[in-house]
Amino acid sequence: MRWLAKLRLRVRSLFLKTRVEQELDEELRYHLEREIEEGLAAGLPPDEARLAARRSVGAVDQSMEECRDMRGVTFVEHRVQDLRFAFRQLRKHPAFATTAIVMLALGLSANVAIFGFVDAALVRPLPYADATRLVTVFATRPDKVQAQTRGFISYQDFLDWRERNRAFRSIGAYDVRSGFILTTPEGPQSVPGLSVTAGFFRTLGVTPAVGREFERDEEGPTAPPTVMLSNATWQTRFGARPDVVGQTLTLQGEPHVVIGVLPRDFHFTMAEHAEFWTAIRGRQYCWEHRGCRSLEAVARLAEGVSAETAIANLASIVREVRSEHPDSHRDPETAKVVALRDVMLGDIRPVLLALLSGAGLLLLIACINMVSLLLARSDSRGREMGLRSALGASGMRLVSQFATEALVLVAIGSAFGLALAASGMRSLGSLLTPDMISRMPYLQGVGLDLRLMAFAGVIALLALLVLTLAPAARLSTSERLAGLREGSRGASGTTWRRFGAYLVMAEFGIALVLLVSAGLLGQSFHRLLQVDIGINAQHLVLVGVQPVPGEASEQPGVLARKVAERMASLPGVQAAGYADLVPLSGGLAPSSVFRRDGSPDEHLDDFPVRRVGAGYFAALQAKLLRGREFTEEEVASTRNVVIINDTTAQRYFRGEDPIGKAIVIGAPPAREIVGVVADLKDGPLETPVLPAAYVPFDQPGFGLVVRASGDERALFPSLARAIRDVQPGLLIQGPTSMTERIDRQPSASLHRSSAWLAGGFAAVAFVLSVVGLYGVVAYSVGQRNREIAVRMALGAQRRSVYQLVLGEAAWLVGMGTALGMICSLAAAYLMRRLLFGVQSWDAATLACAAAVLIVSALLASYIPARRAASVDPIEALRAE
Amino acid sequence: MSKPTDLVQGTLNLLILKVLALEPMHGWAIARRIRQMSENVLRVGQSALYPALHKLEQQGWIEAEWKASENNRRAKYYALTRAGRKVLANEAEQWERLSAAISLIVSGA
Repeated sequence: MRWLAKLRLRVRSLFLKTRVEQELDEELRYHLEREIEEGLAAGLPPDEARLAARRSVGAVDQSMEECRDMRGVTFVEHRVQDLRFAFRQLRKHPAFATTAIVMLALGLSANVAIFGFVDAALVRPLPYADATRLVTVFATRPDKVQAQTRGFISYQDFLDWRERNRAFRSIGAYDVRSGFILTTPEGPQSVPGLSVTAGFFRTLGVTPAVGREFERDEEGPTAPPTVMLSNATWQTRFGARPDVVGQTLTLQGEPHVVIGVLPRDFHFTMAEHAEFWTAIRGRQYCWEHRGCRSLEAVARLAEGVSAETAIANLASIVREVRSEHPDSHRDPETAKVVALRDVMLGDIRPVLLALLSGAGLLLLIACINMVSLLLARSDSRGREMGLRSALGASGMRLVSQFATEALVLVAIGSAFGLALAASGMRSLGSLLTPDMISRMPYLQGVGLDLRLMAFAGVIALLALLVLTLAPAARLSTSERLAGLREGSRGASGTTWRRFGAYLVMAEFGIALVLLVSAGLLGQSFHRLLQVDIGINAQHLVLVGVQPVPGEASEQPGVLARKVAERMASLPGVQAAGYADLVPLSGGLAPSSVFRRDGSPDEHLDDFPVRRVGAGYFAALQAKLLRGREFTEEEVASTRNVVIINDTTAQRYFRGEDPIGKAIVIGAPPAREIVGVVADLKDGPLETPVLPAAYVPFDQPGFGLVVRASGDERALFPSLARAIRDVQPGLLIQGPTSMTERIDRQPSASLHRSSAWLAGGFAAVAFVLSVVGLYGVVAYSVGQRNREIAVRMALGAQRRSVYQLVLGEAAWLVGMGTALGMICSLAAAYLMRRLLFGVQSWDAATLACAAAVLIVSALLASYIPARRAASVDPIEALRAE
Repeated sequence: MSKPTDLVQGTLNLLILKVLALEPMHGWAIARRIRQMSENVLRVGQSALYPALHKLEQQGWIEAEWKASENNRRAKYYALTRAGRKVLANEAEQWERLSAAISLIVSGA
């Protein structure tokens, strides 16, 4: 129970301080009296007795002080004193306090918010067991191995790989063509979904929450139809019933049996919110023909196997397969293995890192400003510190005072900063378009959690350190005593003034870097939106149409033609066309090998092939460079004709007229080229254009492009109605307008968000550095009041005062800008992957940013200069 | 007034604890007892005594109580706690060993 008694003592010392002091006083007084009594009893006269007693007792105050120290609560008492004093100081200087708190809050919130996303995307592990062992695998030509990061394989090849490989514990694949048609009581519905091989989830290391995943006998041409549900689908469509396994639902017109449900935290980047997962079963052209590559494979490296070993093993399998099936394989081929994490995160890593650096720079500026403020204040506190030292305060005590003040500022600033960060993350989250979320599902639901609080704690600690050391470093013994001298104003002011100047230079440098970065990103975004997609995107409507599988249908293509004709006859419609995949539809076109008829069978490449109807390019207003479009008759009979794009013509028929020549697409026979169209951007905006070919349409489902003569949105209802008139029960996706589709592209959204954020950082940094400069110049002018007054009294003109002040400011700004230029170039070089259509050394951006900064800086220093020049020298000197 | 010759803080603690082992007493009485028992060699001043007493109280080896003293005035009486008794025994033994060792060297050849 000793600790209880000790605790009681401490608590008593803390809270009943007056009583404890009184007791101590009484105790020492008693001692003194007994001494006096003894002296009297020994025969001394009263005065002498008292004197002797006093002498024997020693210095009372000091013993009281030592007793107090022994009580062990001095530490707490001192801290409480410091705290009270700190609060009083802040109340007396509200401007300083608010500025410091605001700057800290801004810097902290920016960093925490961005780090939240960085953490979710880059730091957190993927939701698969032991994700570092997961890789994607594909075959590619040796000369493309370096550059290519993703590739497809065919199902037949996959089967060989699965059976023969020795490097992987398991391998699975999913078909990149996604989406099913679900039959619901309300009619057919298009739903997102993927087909996978058996053991796919086991490869990823994901265990179903309910039921099981596909077995080997549920995959293949004769397997029974089974389906797995995503966790969200199980909740919404089946009300989270525990007996969902064994239920059937109709996909693609066939009843599928539910065998399992995926866990809640499961996500797969390429899956786009897939609701249903089926096995690769039944009959499909692509799965039966080795030349059709529609799968992407994911594998788990076996224990102790490295990527290099896996590549070697796979490469030998690839060679074997190629020698067994020379028709379906280009030559020569080798295997490539890429970490799954890199594939999933590749796009966003540079963006996030760039944003994090920007936020970090902002925090640096905020800290620099706060240090400047503190240094300026500590000047005026020189006297206070000197007095304290003279009264016996140790250096540690003074430093602890600074630390306490810094603590109060940091605590309040952090509180605001965290609140700001929380709302910032929410608004950033709402910037994510649905397309982005499906590609980067881990970015959802980013909010304040323990990790972020820890990160904020680290930043706060660093800020605390900086803010304590800055004024503390100014403290030296001579300084402390000098502070006491009458009329002194921080005697060694020059060193610190220069330090303040360096700080401002650094600030300007950083602000310039942020301004330039924002400018470059903004330009990239602008250029991205202006990318020539080869069509006229204005007033264009896109509609997806799918007949329900299993229902009686006519020849493929007949339906599409009928619908297109009906569209074209509507009022307000200029033209209509159709294709299997319209531009920017986000789908991946299957690719086939291109070979000019008659040329040798080597170094063949495969490129995307699309199937289009007659009048498609006219509806898009794409430019037909040579030849013509398909005729209705050619489409109806799926004649062996083809239209190629300009890149294909340049590549295979350079210097000749391709019209009439033959080219093999995929397998023989060769097709006759009837037209050459200018390049269309079919994929994401920032990817370069590949060769492409367009063959006559022959699919059941299609995408419509409808050119409106006026506002396309007005046509939406009539379009949908007209389609249903042609054939009721068709599945319709959309309609959407092309301009909206372009805007919502993930790359466009990403560039837009980055540009906005960078712009925000740059704006804040700009304001902070200009304010910082103003502060430093104003302060320096204030320090030199006397000097200026003397100069003016001696006959200096106002102009020379201006020169003095502005000259100093100009030097600061000039040096800072020069420094900033160098750093900007470096930063832009690091950022080059994010830039689109603009060089990292873009002179215009650099010049603009520098000009903005310099002009504002000069304006900011004009105000204190004016104040200095308008000072009345007599008054100034008198006040000294 | 005269500082106890070469009296280290730790030794003072030992003396105080020993004195209090006999009976509880207040600060002045402790100083007087130490002077008496050491035949006027060791004189402990207020500036050394009371901080030591407060420290010992803080560590829980003695406990304090306000009582009426011999001359009917209030005084703070200190008494040994059980933990204090143990510490006293330890310290005393250590002191014996230490002083014996020093004596061996000093009074030996």
